[in-house]
This record gives sequence, structure tokens and C-alpha cells, in this order.
Amino acid sequence: MQISGAQMVIEALIAEGVDTVFGYPGGAIMNVYDEIYKQDKFQHILNRHEQAAVHAAEGYAKASGKVGVAMITSGPGFTNAVTGLADAYMDSIPLVVISGQVPMTLIGTDAFQEIDAVGISRSCTKHNYLVTDAKDLPRILKEAFYIAASGRPGPVHVDIPKDVTAQIAEFNYDIDVDLETYKPHVKGNPRQIKKAIEAIAASKRPIFYLGGGIINANAAYEVRDLVHKTGIPAVETFMARGTLSHDDDLLIGMLGMHGSYAANMAMSETDMIIALGARFDDRVTGKLSEFAKNAEVVHVDIDPASISKLVNADYPIVGDVKNVVLNMLAQADKIDADKYESWRETINNFDELHPLTYHEDSERLKPQWVIQRVGQILGDDANISTDVGQHQMWTAQFYPFSRPRQFISSGGLGTMGFGFPAAIGVRAASPEKVSINFTGDGSILMNCQELMTAVEKKLPVINIILNNNFLGMVRQWQTLFYDKRHSETDLSVQPDFVKLSEAFGGIGYRVSTKEEFDAALKDAVEKGVVAFIEVLVERFENVMPMVPAGGSLFNMMLLEKKESK
Amino acid sequence: MNENARRVISVIVVNEASVLSRVTDLFSGRGYNITSLTVAPIPDSKYSRLTIVTSGSVRVMEQITKQLHKLIPVLRVYEHEDMVEKEMAMIKFPITENLSDINTLCEAYNGKIVNVGDNIVIAMVADEPKRIDNFLCAVKRYNPKEIVRSGAVALER
Repeated sequence: MQISGAQMVIEALIAEGVDTVFGYPGGAIMNVYDEIYKQDKFQHILNRHEQAAVHAAEGYAKASGKVGVAMITSGPGFTNAVTGLADAYMDSIPLVVISGQVPMTLIGTDAFQEIDAVGISRSCTKHNYLVTDAKDLPRILKEAFYIAASGRPGPVHVDIPKDVTAQIAEFNYDIDVDLETYKPHVKGNPRQIKKAIEAIAASKRPIFYLGGGIINANAAYEVRDLVHKTGIPAVETFMARGTLSHDDDLLIGMLGMHGSYAANMAMSETDMIIALGARFDDRVTGKLSEFAKNAEVVHVDIDPASISKLVNADYPIVGDVKNVVLNMLAQADKIDADKYESWRETINNFDELHPLTYHEDSERLKPQWVIQRVGQILGDDANISTDVGQHQMWTAQFYPFSRPRQFISSGGLGTMGFGFPAAIGVRAASPEKVSINFTGDGSILMNCQELMTAVEKKLPVINIILNNNFLGMVRQWQTLFYDKRHSETDLSVQPDFVKLSEAFGGIGYRVSTKEEFDAALKDAVEKGVVAFIEVLVERFENVMPMVPAGGSLFNMMLLEKKESK
Repeated sequence: MNENARRVISVIVVNEASVLSRVTDLFSGRGYNITSLTVAPIPDSKYSRLTIVTSGSVRVMEQITKQLHKLIPVLRVYEHEDMVEKEMAMIKFPITENLSDINTLCEAYNGKIVNVGDNIVIAMVADEPKRIDNFLCAVKRYNPKEIVRSGAVALER
């Protein structure tokens, strides 16, 4: 059928099964928005900033496992979205971001709201397109969705000039993606997997090192089976939280810069790392030359470039984690779970020596208590997003995650302002769960305009602001490494967060005691409206344990021993 | 291999807009070095061939190859071990120099004088990059006015 480029965009989104689009209209994308107005197959959520639109699409994608879609205009609309694209790229989140562009006739003339969008997005997308003829649109959109979701997922950017959205051409979406140059290797070499299983069976102190790729590949439940069948203890990266349930005996905890003592010590003493969908990030390994010195490495990853990039893999396996783990499961009886009893005991002893905990020695509430308390009250009933900073690390440490896709946070890029819009996307994807965003007094101001989005669309995100009147994580580093020179991190001058929420039509609470917090959370959940719960927490609390940047995993700064709870 | 060994890579890419930027952006964005880059369409196909001269350790080279492979329009990446490699240079000399000497020298490097004008002659040679270095050194005494050098092209033996 002959339709306009703008209509093609709508038809393609419908054909892809998209039910939610996040975005912000503008001059160059108006033709497409006109078609959005005319349809009722998917909802459009109007964010109040393009960066937030992309973060919301990320949250939606992470919570649902589907491709997130955001739509923006040219020039400033696009440049605002770049942070979201970069964030999604670093965390391998499948997105299709469609931007308007000035008409073809004006490209290159420094026209109003013109920017070289594909030039800018090239380094922070998995792939991108400038559409120069409407007849290419069906193929390009189909490819965009395929590329975003397949292989190592990532954001794909499609830039469409305004005259192309007006152009009439033939639309046929019943086409196969045929990319001769893009064939992700998903299966995993069976011979290599067999060799890996034999090596694991021969090892004495093996560890599963679980990464975010497991969540992306929807392989968490298969990984749980493999862990239980082999009896091999597991550490999780920040991005993999929820792969194993918090109460799983074989889960040692999170490793890395703010990982638990037990997890980091286990990693340091292991003789066999089985890395599944993890990429040996510098926040995980600490000083590379000291990392797991005596260990052989089995490394399973869909991205060949991630294998042996930082740590040499003795058994490299390129493939989809789910496929490889299923293959491993079929041979898991070669691994004797009883053999690792004393190794598991050693790890338990590590945990007893320095458990992950905190001291309640302050008059103000401890942020860790707040996070644990939300876990006690809501547990599995909540999806948890975070912004970036101390609160983010405490959430990863102390929230009792019980399932994959429950924890949504900005890992690779560390984007302040991510949490609230992402939580809006999470709630849109998963309305049956309470959507909680743990944030800080610094982070929340970076996208607080999204109060309007959440109020308008009735997406009741509860933002728990752990207010320590500091840019907390930077303050922590300044305290520890810059002789307490708290340069520009004191955030004593603040808005009235309660009134801020109310001004947009949400509700707000300011709490400073445990009782007040419980009451506020209960009330916010019951009312089911957008809320800010500002919790006045201890100002100088540090995230512990900590491996200083560039330090070795086994040389952690630990919580001072006191009577703890 | 030492840290900064010279390496030659051929990359086969689909002929499409901005594919060259994707490749060069990858090098600049990840801090890899490009010594020279030659690109032209492969006859009777929808592909182009890039020849990239770069340098780095084994680990860096592996990353370069893998990251190039990840680019969607990249069909194949060859890291050359045993290859025939050629580069071209054109040199402008004053016509007052000893032209027969220059021509003889050029012939020794697969070249000759290709243009004669009122005041200048232009010579051209095509040879291995190392030999081009030697040639350019040898012709210094004839007061070259201008030198232009191409990137390398390579074919596996």
C-alpha cells in the first residue's frame, strides 16, 4: 500500500507489537506525531525532557524484556537524548530511538534545529540510520528492531528528515531481515563447552561470576538450575542483581568496588571463574594484575569483543548465555557438588568474619535501614529503580532482590537523573508492581520535571529520597582521598521536596524517624499516586566495604567493628 | 610481538553512507592509531575494501579486529600475516635537476617520470612502504618540491 513515511513509522511500531512509546514532539517530527494522534493501538507517554524519554524507554525495556521506543525531534531534542542513548549503549539495553531531522533539502545548511544526529549518535549506539527515502523506511525500521534486540542488545537510532516523513511510498512490512554482515553467534561451540565442563569438574574452588548479560538473555532461571545442580557458589555483578534470589544459600553476594567481603575474597581465592554474561568491568576487578591470580577462566559472552578484553579467558565461549547454560546443564552431572563442601564452608566463614552490615549509631536514620525496611515491607511486590550515587550502591547491597528484572539502574554510564524516568517506564511496563525509585538529594533534581509525566499519566512512582544534604558518593571520596576537602558537594541549600512534589500534583512526605517512614510508605502505596518520600538520613555515612579505585579486591576498606544490627 | 608492532588490516565493508566514519570513529573513540588508510570499491560488488595500517600489542590488535567485526556494515576483517604490500608516492622536481638520474632512480622503485611541465617534472613510484621510505630519502638530493604519499594496499599471498 502507498502511505506516507510518517504512517510507515506508526504501522511498523504496531507490527512490532509496541504498546508504549515515550517521547517529546517538535518541528521536525510533527508529521509522525500527527499520525500518533490518529491511532489508538499504542499509548504515547509525554515525558518533559528528551533525556527522560529515553531513560523511560530504558526502564520499560529492562522491566519488560521488550524493545523500548522513544521518539524525539531534531537539534536540541536529539542532543538532549544523547545521554539516554549512551546509557543504554553501556548497559546493552535494546532501544529504538526515532528522531526527526530537518528536510533533506536543508541538511548541511545549518538550518534551524539542525544537528548531525547520526554523526553524534554513532559512538553511543549499536547502529544508526539516516533515512533518505521513504521507500527504505520499512526495511530500516525492521532492521532497527532486529539489531536492537539480537546479539548483544543495544540502542539503534533512526533519523528521519521531515520531507521523508511526508513522502508517499510503498509500504510492505512483511519482509525478512537479511543482513549479510550481521550474524550474531548465539549457539556456543559444543566442544569448547565440553572442555569447560571438564575443567570446572577438575577445579577445587570454582565460582560462578554472574553478569547482566544473564538478565538480558532471560537466562536467570536456567542459571539458577545450573548453580544448584553443581553446588558451586556464585557472586553477582551490580547488573546481575536478582539473578539468584537473595535467600539462596549459594549466593555469596555482590562483588567489586562495593561488593561484600565474602564475594571479593571468594573471587580472590578461587581457582576457576565461570563468567556468564559478565565483562570484567574495572569496578568489578579492581587492580587487574592482582585479580583472581590463581584462577582459570571460563568466559561465556555473546560479544566476542568482551572475551579476553581485560582478563584472559582459558575457555572462551561465544554464544547466548541461555543456550550455553542449557548445554552446560545437560552435562552438569559430571560435576560433583559434594566436592565443594569445604569451599562453601570457607566462603561462609568469610561472611561471618565481615558480614555486610552497618551500625545504627546515629541520631538520624541510616540509609541502609530505609532500604532494608522497604525490602521487608514490599519485597517482591516492588520493582526497584535507582539513581546514581551512594543510595544506588546501598540498594544493590541491601535490598532483598528475589527475581531478575526487579532491579533497574544505570550501571556502565552511571547517569544521575536516570532513576525517576526509568521508574516511570518500569511502571508503564509492569503496572501490577509498586514502582520504587531510590534516589538522592543530588540525583532527583536532575530529572524532577518528570513529576509532571508521572502525575499526568497516573504512573505512581514512589521516589524515596535519601537526603544527606550531600552529593554523597563524591563526598565519600573527598573524605577518604582528598583530606575531607568537600569541594562543592555540600547540598545544604535545597528545595522543599514535599512542596515540589505537591506543586506538580503529587504527594510528599518528610520523615526523620522509623515510625514516620513506615507510615509514609504505607500511605503512599495505599494512595497509589506519585510521591516523594524525603528521608533525612545520616550525613556522613559511607558505603562500605570499599575497594579504592585501582586497589586489589582483597584489600578492602571495611566497616569498623562495633556492635552491629 | 612488541607493543607497537606495525600491522596491516583489510576490512571489507558494505558500500553505504558514513561507513568510513564508523570505522575511523571506532579507532579514534577507542584510542587506536591509524598510520594510513586506503579505501576503494571492490569492482562488481556492493562492497568496499579498506586497508588500514595501524600499530599495537597483540591484545590491542585483537580488540581492533573484534570491535571492527562488531560494526554492522563490516563483512570481514583480515589481519595480514604474509602479504604483498604496496604504496605509491608522487614527487615534484624542478626541471633543472638531472632528469635521467631521477628516472633511473624511479625505475629501481617501480616508477618513472609521469609528467613534464615548463618548470617541473612529476615522478611516480609504487613499492613496498619501507622501500618508499628509502626512495624518498634517496631523492632528497634532487630538491623535491612536493611529495605526496598514498596509503598502503595489501593482498594476502
